[in-house]
Amino acid sequence: MNYGILLADDIDFMVHGIFKYNFFGLGEVWITTTHVCLLIVMLILIGFAIAANRCIAKAKDEPTGFQNVVEMIVEMLDGMVDKTMGRAAPKFYNYIGTIFIFILFSNISGLLGLRPPTADYGTTLALGIITFVLIHVNTWTHNKPVDIWKDKCSPLPPWLPIWLPINIISDVAVPISLSLRLFANVLSGTVMMALIYGLLRWIATGWPAALHVYFDLFSGAIQTYVSCMLTMTYISNARGDK
Amino acid sequence: MFDQNFILGCSAIGAGLAVIAGIGPGVGQGIAAGHAAAAVGRNPGAKGDVTSTMLLGQAVAETTGLYGLLIAMLLFFVKPLVG
Repeated sequence: MNYGILLADDIDFMVHGIFKYNFFGLGEVWITTTHVCLLIVMLILIGFAIAANRCIAKAKDEPTGFQNVVEMIVEMLDGMVDKTMGRAAPKFYNYIGTIFIFILFSNISGLLGLRPPTADYGTTLALGIITFVLIHVNTWTHNKPVDIWKDKCSPLPPWLPIWLPINIISDVAVPISLSLRLFANVLSGTVMMALIYGLLRWIATGWPAALHVYFDLFSGAIQTYVSCMLTMTYISNARGDK
Repeated sequence: MFDQNFILGCSAIGAGLAVIAGIGPGVGQGIAAGHAAAAVGRNPGAKGDVTSTMLLGQAVAETTGLYGLLIAMLLFFVKPLVG
């Protein structure tokens, strides 16, 4: 980077390639910092899940210690899904709980010195595409094709499909806006922290902890909640029943 | 055709202009938060529902500002205009 005005060359928040390999002769693929951070987050979550499973397998009637924590997390997540999705909730406990915990830990991993995996568009777009598939599977399994056609021509009568392309574009925009929102929020926090550490150098000792609380913990938790809520809202809209 | 430094400078100006998009979401989120505060004042029992609805609406309103931020980031760090 050769911006003289920034006075620092070690501002670093980009995704770095670690090593590259040839993907079955189709082209070169890089293993990046995102993959490594994702792997660390996954290992932490898998370790936690195994510990929780062990703990619940020999659960006691009067919960103590770790069992309390696990039950509290599960009840909180299930309650959140229940409140938003109503009757369809039990089918989505697994998916929503999983993406909630995953996004939350990914966002918070900035505190551990990792580059948050959600600050890479590849990760969030994958989440967006999963949600997109879920939305459309639920649309087609819970509505008659005639109703879907009527809905797609919605402001105008069904025999006049002028509005159809606009509605299709707005359908395609759902996963893009869902993933860009999460990506840009986490990226802005990451960039801000990198700029503060890169520009202020030794002045930035100690007090940026407060900024970490805001950018990593608060903003990360809010964005997790928001993307899970939006996912649930889109899916329950697609199902159309309440 | 143009000097590369000239293009970089113009990109920086464009990045600065792009984040002006943050004004709209700021005003919108403030209005949403104000109305949510009024709603909680009128009906303190519905605090949880009001808060979650407010957060959802604010997150959707925020999207346009984030698009501006993304454009600024692209102009500044990916430098698509420098051929």
